[in-house]
Amino acid sequence: MAPRLAGGGGAVSTVGRRLLEIRHVSKTYGSGDSATHAIADVSFAVDDREFVCVVGPSGCGKTTLLKCVGGLLAPTNGDILLRGTRVTSPPEEMALVFQEYGRSLMPWSTVRNNVLLPLRHKKLTRQKRNALVEEALEAVGLTPFIDRYPWQLSGGMQQRVAIARALAYQPAILLMDEPFASVDAQTRGDLEDLILRVREEFAITILFVTHDIDESVYLSDRVIVLTHGPTEVKASIDVDLPFPRDQIATKELPDFAHLRGHVYRLINREQVESGEELAATLKTATKGDRP
Amino acid sequence: MSAPGGGIVTRLTPGVAAAASIAAFLALWQAVSRFGVISEQDLPAMTTTFRELWSMMQTQEFWAALGRTVRGWALGLGLATVLAVPIGILLGSSDFAGRAFRVPIEFLRPIPSAALIPLLFLTLGTNIRSEIFLAAFGAFWPLLIQTMYGVRDVDPVAIDTARSFGVGPLERLYRVTLPSSVPYIATGLRIASAVALILAFTAELFMGIPGLGQIMNVAESFGLTNQVYALAVATGFLGLAIYVVFSTIERRALRWHPSQRPSSA
Ligand SMILES: Nc1ncnc2c1ncn2[C@@H]1O[C@H](COP(=O)(O)OP(=O)(O)OP(=O)(O)O)[C@@H](O)[C@H]1O
Ligand SMILES: [Mg+2]
Repeated sequence: MAPRLAGGGGAVSTVGRRLLEIRHVSKTYGSGDSATHAIADVSFAVDDREFVCVVGPSGCGKTTLLKCVGGLLAPTNGDILLRGTRVTSPPEEMALVFQEYGRSLMPWSTVRNNVLLPLRHKKLTRQKRNALVEEALEAVGLTPFIDRYPWQLSGGMQQRVAIARALAYQPAILLMDEPFASVDAQTRGDLEDLILRVREEFAITILFVTHDIDESVYLSDRVIVLTHGPTEVKASIDVDLPFPRDQIATKELPDFAHLRGHVYRLINREQVESGEELAATLKTATKGDRP
Repeated sequence: MSAPGGGIVTRLTPGVAAAASIAAFLALWQAVSRFGVISEQDLPAMTTTFRELWSMMQTQEFWAALGRTVRGWALGLGLATVLAVPIGILLGSSDFAGRAFRVPIEFLRPIPSAALIPLLFLTLGTNIRSEIFLAAFGAFWPLLIQTMYGVRDVDPVAIDTARSFGVGPLERLYRVTLPSSVPYIATGLRIASAVALILAFTAELFMGIPGLGQIMNVAESFGLTNQVYALAVATGFLGLAIYVVFSTIERRALRWHPSQRPSSA
């Protein structure tokens, strides 16, 4: 089966109705001479209960995009729509798992209190709160460590605490920023399977940013490939691999190899192009057209 | 929690070293005075001083004065804390406020607190209010600066995390910013507690406000050298007690901080 290629935002998935829409979002940091054009123009949509992976080279603006989607940063132009409503501040239906999970956990709080943090201001009974915390920690297999401090846990365990905290918040959509980038391969595989299981268990939509092509294909229903910054959507590729996915069996499927190769080629071509672009920029720069 | 084997040695050594250095200092003091390097008129022997201190400790007057000094210190430090921590949070969390107040702060901060004594004679007068003011003034700056640094040092990722979960500004302040600055504030408190004691004593000494400083002033004017030294030693012990209490608080506040975590064995 050939991977279906669709333009940015044009893919129609069969998973469910549209949950999130990113419409012509651009983001420029600063202004004048020191301005950084992180995102040029990005549009795509995520359906309810879909698992979408966003891949792009390092520094291309993935974190920036996710922060805009999460309502932490205001896009310079364009809109983020959640169920048709514009996102202007962090919506209650979204939870964000940060790239720097170690710094996103509060070292002065126990695992329990870290997971409790987003629930304190929700109107819930104490029992309900505790139940949510325990259920979330159970889901990531950290029940025995509930009274430990984050810094007493390994990196992979800390990441699971961050995931549990996001799950306890009961979001409709989980935004994850390269969550497994800094753990070893074995732990990474385990965490990938964990997140697939959690997705089923909690019936959740996931927008997952990564620079790992294998990971993006293994996890998702759809891969969105970004260009080098200033970022645009290069392609949206449906991943029709069967569920449940398996670290060995899935990765041995010819379709997996095919999709993976396809994404690789898109990104490689991208790198060649951005290399040419850079060369062109340098050439014009020497002519004195640019600073 | 406790380290086995070699840990005991490393834990004992500082205690032994401290005891040895104190013993050496006391012996030197005794020798200098007994062998007449400095006359006993100017520097009473260590044993004489401690005997004097012991007999002073039998008097009501000594304890009343100590109580007054502690009161002036505590009220000064308390006032400084109540003012410096909120102001520090404000100045630390807003770039604008931080920049706007930098010049006034850098102008006021280097003023030696003792330079305010003439002003206090004229304004608040020779009473405990002057003592409290002076102690508070000295203690305010280290606390303010530490609080500002603490608030500025809050990890932006931690703040973004709380924000992404819809945690409001007030809750972010006491769930993220404050706990994260507590180690800094505790260090500020330890420094400020010593400064406040010095200044409470100074106010008593130079302004005749009742307390250990005032007794020392009286003893000095009557040429009671033994008492002067005994009071200096007493104040030293008071400072030591305050240091022990506040460094314990600081260690507890720092419990989760990377600097306090047990290193991997
Ligand atoms: N606060 C900021 N101020 C100015 N420029 C920024 C800021 N944050 C990011 N940038 C710039 O925007 C661009 C995109 O950064 P971003 O962190 O979004 O990339 P990324 O794709 O997440 O990178 P990585 O894969 O390394 O995590 C970079 O050139 C970066 O220097
Ligand atoms: Mg990033």
